[in-house]
Amino acid sequence: MSDPHTGFVIAAYAVAAAVIAAMIGAVVFDYRRLSVHLDEATRALEAARGGRSKDRH
Amino acid sequence: MPNLANPTVFVDLTRKTLPWLAAATLALFAVGLTLSFTAPPDYQQGESAKIMYLHVPAAWMSTFVYGVMAVAALGTLVWRHPLADAALKGAAPLGAGFTFICLATGSLWGKPMWGTYWVWDARLTSVLVLFLLYLGLIALWRAIEDSGRAARAAAILTLVGCVNLPIIKFSVEWWNTLHQPASVFRLGGPTIAPSLLWPLIVMALAFTFLFLTLHLMSIRNEVLRRRIARVTMLAAAEGDRLAPAFAAKGA
Repeated sequence: MSDPHTGFVIAAYAVAAAVIAAMIGAVVFDYRRLSVHLDEATRALEAARGGRSKDRH
Repeated sequence: MPNLANPTVFVDLTRKTLPWLAAATLALFAVGLTLSFTAPPDYQQGESAKIMYLHVPAAWMSTFVYGVMAVAALGTLVWRHPLADAALKGAAPLGAGFTFICLATGSLWGKPMWGTYWVWDARLTSVLVLFLLYLGLIALWRAIEDSGRAARAAAILTLVGCVNLPIIKFSVEWWNTLHQPASVFRLGGPTIAPSLLWPLIVMALAFTFLFLTLHLMSIRNEVLRRRIARVTMLAAAEGDRLAPAFAAKGA
């Protein structure tokens, strides 16, 4: 491209790529974080229920 | 037809559909970007018209996402669908992202074509208001701790904000604006040459599939967030039941 406005075109594509990457990254990172939290919460619940069943015995 | 009101069924469905949606999005972007870069330059604007392939789909998505949110708001307030508020909450950051792309690329297109990055004309200002509405909705979700109250407040604000959609659409007809009038969705057919129109259509499909993919992922994240809250409450309740027994043992 030998157009005098090439810089504006490149900047526009760079901004769009950065925003789309941020949107994808935020959703994927949130999913991974929530999956880890859910595993931890499930383990805590199982531990609490295990403690109760031991307490009954 | 699966019962999408059941969050477990919904999560199972997303597990099956997301890889296909993601693959379709990637393929559409690959084809769309190839067509965009090989499309001929505009006879007046030259290569800067290539910004159109980002700006126009992002502009369409900014209003389309708000329309999806308006339906989700009705689902929250009227039909009380269990996933409607999750759909509403998940769409707002995506709508903000698309609107930001629309504003930023429009500004970068405006400088070489209009000689300025920004003017306070009706189209630009109404899209900026839409962007601020998205940010306001995200802030509202974060400001109210009770998720039920936050959902109702966000749904009401979303429906009030719908008044901005026809203003955006018809701003170029109702007022004298620097922004050009519609050139694709208009009576009498598009005014764009097919060699420029096809890349635009493929890029618009790519943006739509990107939104569908990310929106499904966002709703799944909200379902997980609710599960964490429920499991944490159950664990706390179990802990409360155990507390007297442990206290007695300690004594």
